[in-house]
Amino acid sequence: MSRRPSSFLLGGRRYSPAASLLLAAPFLLLVTLVFILPLAVLLRESLFVPEPTTAHYARAFAEPVYLRVMLRTLLIAVLVTTLALILAWPLALVMSRSRGLVLGLLAAAVLLPLWTSVLVRTYAWMVLLQRNGLLNQLLQGAGLTSAPVGFLYTQGAVVLAMAHVLLPFMVLPILSALKGIPEDLTRAAQMLGASSWSTFREVTWPLALPGVTSGCLMVFLLALGFFVTPALIGGPQQMMISTLVSQQVREMLDWPFAGALVGILLLFVLAVAVAFKRAVRLDRFVGSA
Amino acid sequence: MSRQPAPNRAGRAALNAAAYAVTVFLLLPTLIIIPMSAGPERLLSFPPKGFSLRWYGEYFGDEDWIRATLFSAEAGVIAAVCATTVGTMLALALVRGRLPGKGLVELLVIGPVIVPHIALAVAMFLVFEQLRLTGSLLGLAMAHTVLALPFVVFTVLAALYRFDAELERASLSCGAGPGSTFLHVTLPLIAPGLISAALFAFIISFDEAVVSFFISDLDRKTLPRKMFEDIDFNISPTLAAVATMLTALTIAALLIGYALRRGMERRARRTKP
Repeated sequence: MSRRPSSFLLGGRRYSPAASLLLAAPFLLLVTLVFILPLAVLLRESLFVPEPTTAHYARAFAEPVYLRVMLRTLLIAVLVTTLALILAWPLALVMSRSRGLVLGLLAAAVLLPLWTSVLVRTYAWMVLLQRNGLLNQLLQGAGLTSAPVGFLYTQGAVVLAMAHVLLPFMVLPILSALKGIPEDLTRAAQMLGASSWSTFREVTWPLALPGVTSGCLMVFLLALGFFVTPALIGGPQQMMISTLVSQQVREMLDWPFAGALVGILLLFVLAVAVAFKRAVRLDRFVGSA
Repeated sequence: MSRQPAPNRAGRAALNAAAYAVTVFLLLPTLIIIPMSAGPERLLSFPPKGFSLRWYGEYFGDEDWIRATLFSAEAGVIAAVCATTVGTMLALALVRGRLPGKGLVELLVIGPVIVPHIALAVAMFLVFEQLRLTGSLLGLAMAHTVLALPFVVFTVLAALYRFDAELERASLSCGAGPGSTFLHVTLPLIAPGLISAALFAFIISFDEAVVSFFISDLDRKTLPRKMFEDIDFNISPTLAAVATMLTALTIAALLIGYALRRGMERRARRTKP
């Protein structure tokens, strides 16, 4: 290149390390101040208040009430992930084979909930499930039940509503994996005499697996720390770790214990995320927005 | 082919039916609120027993609702502008620069997505209270900027990858400096991406419920916090009106985002060899 070397640009097209750092500086500053620092302060609280101790962590495992909350959180997250996978698979498969208007409508059905306020969707479920709600009106109108059924504050309601809220995070990665499978591949398998079941088992499923893993991981991680839906639909009866943390902070003012609960949650989430590092792909959700 | 067995067709019909059923499951709870919000009675019902804009009037007549909405809108605009500026700078450094410790920076970008919002909310509450930032616009806007950043960075990265870097190189080799190359070549090409990033950053902030539930104050509530408390204490029909308006806002944002993306793809096709 005939350009004279500049300290700002290397080779005429790349910013120098110093210039790059300058561009990244506001981000690093903000993330340090509003993300790393608060978490560090909270974790310090859990380990060093009133003196260096692991007692707050031990308490979370020693007291059956808290242990039960953690196990329930794990169970609900697994159930939500399973339900979301079952619901997402047929939709993603049909979307991957659709074109034009049909694809547009199906995509809108996934994207609208993804970007609609979680509160709006949780509120909608409460309207449907409450004692004088739509589902009870329907059941009584059809003569199936004589008295209102209490759907709210049950584990089933929490799982259903959470699976609904998190479903787009399952559909999009699976769809993106399915789209990457050449159509010729499945057609070739069928022409060679493979049944639809073995085409699915030998071709579609293994090639879609990275997307499935990615979706399951995303939904599982989000479900573990989900707050709004369990707080409103689960109530104290279905307390999860997030609602327990909130209770400790807002009602008990027990910051060290809340910090320990957050520490346990963080450790678990990060361990899972690191174990499946390659499956954590945010670009799949943004590209379709 | 004639070998295509009949059960296969039945299987396909079943698959389609399942997919459409899931679509209905996805859309129904949100969409059913819309007609219900226009009912006249306190007890929401479907179909609504008549038509009335009473609950919309209740919303617009209630100072608390309006104040919460304006507060959230203010925070949303600031967060959108900050996140888009900071995120674009970072995306440029990641794609066009040689950033030391790039892997760590990328990890920090997805950090706020992986770390549960409840953890962040409580941690920010603890620190902000000591700094007297709870209930402040500044604290809320900063928190929401961080939460929106991952989406902005990935949207801008996608926009940067979509156009031909040779255009920048041509501008540079014709003697334009890096600043004017960014201003006259890069910026116009990624502008639609930036607008859509800002739009979705606004939506993320405007709808964000967990962090703002903890760090906003009783007398300075965000709209989601006001909604959260109203849902928790009494499921009033005003909420149905608010939910309907929020859904309409989301639909508008998605349509604008879609139009921007289409425009950008068309332009990328024209500029790419």
